[in-house]
Amino acid sequence: MPSPFSINGGACVAMVGKDCVAIACDLRLGLQALTVSNNFPKIFQYGDHVFLGLTGLATDVTTVSDLFRYKVNMYRLREERHIAPRTFANLVSSSLYERRFGPWFVSPVVAGLEPKTGKPFICGFDSIGCIDFAKDFIVSGTATDQLFGMCESLWEPDLGPDELFETISQALLNAVDRDALSGWGAHVYIIEKDKVTKRLLKGRQD
Amino acid sequence: MRGPTILKATDDKTRQLNDHTLLAFSGEPGDTVQFAEYIQANSQLYSMRNESELSPSALAHFVRGELASSLRSRNPYSVNLLLGGVDPITNKPSLYWLDYLASLAKVPYAAHGYAQYYCLSLLDKHHNPNISLEEGLRLLKLCSDELKRRLPIDFKGLAVKAVTKDGIKAMPFDEDDKVVRDT
Repeated sequence: MPSPFSINGGACVAMVGKDCVAIACDLRLGLQALTVSNNFPKIFQYGDHVFLGLTGLATDVTTVSDLFRYKVNMYRLREERHIAPRTFANLVSSSLYERRFGPWFVSPVVAGLEPKTGKPFICGFDSIGCIDFAKDFIVSGTATDQLFGMCESLWEPDLGPDELFETISQALLNAVDRDALSGWGAHVYIIEKDKVTKRLLKGRQD
Repeated sequence: MRGPTILKATDDKTRQLNDHTLLAFSGEPGDTVQFAEYIQANSQLYSMRNESELSPSALAHFVRGELASSLRSRNPYSVNLLLGGVDPITNKPSLYWLDYLASLAKVPYAAHGYAQYYCLSLLDKHHNPNISLEEGLRLLKLCSDELKRRLPIDFKGLAVKAVTKDGIKAMPFDEDDKVVRDT
């Protein structure tokens, strides 16, 4: 049980749709079975169309999200442009591998739209930065098994923004209800070319 | 406490960071006071240099940064913290929960250690966002009674301090100190 990845609990999922992507996370922060907070978001924005989801050890979720805020701000100042999702994914990968023999205990998920083409981009990582590119969905956190099951059965290609919202929400909500360490509400982001919609789902509070 | 012996029954486990922010701590004896006073000194240094005070949110994130860098050092601090304060500009009160891993959460009410298991359920049931100081003290009495009732060892009661927009003051609390036996 004392795996750093499952002390605090939490879940995150990203999905590709037609000219849009979605990323969602739960809101629980716990200490083993005890829930400490039900308002601990795990998705962070690093540009107009670049999002990072972080599950794992809560302290590293905060440290790593702060670290990337610093790195992305420095990138923007040096390059005088926003970072692209694929570039950001490579930044995440190399930053995690820097800590190869004492890793951050996080499982990151990147979701976004490519700046010029507007093509959806999602990928996931292990804690030492190995990238997992996917053209359907990426899951992470203590509810990965449940999320894989939900996504495999609900996801289909070329979902529009509204259908994608329904699909990702149902996948996350029903996955975390079968995991004791995740849940207590959710944040869902739907990312389109000229619009990002953030929705708060209440979810089961028990 | 040293093994089964109580060395002091009225140890104040809080440090005042500035006029309207209070830090309460528990954990490894030695680490706790050392870390809390380090934070206290740096907060006071900031107040003197800039003639303005850090907000509770700013202090909480500063404390987290220090604790997080300590976590991955040769000998990390084992300190659990609660940081309560009133923002000097907006007059909004806030409470931050930090554990020794430097997990930070902004919460409406919190506890550390065994008190979490005994008190959080009481607080879930009776707390509301607009609770007054008097109601709050009454709720704290419920928590203190529950701890007296359920903890196998006498924990020597609580020291209560109130942080308001006018400052921090120690509150009279549970002075009759009756033995709580049963529900």
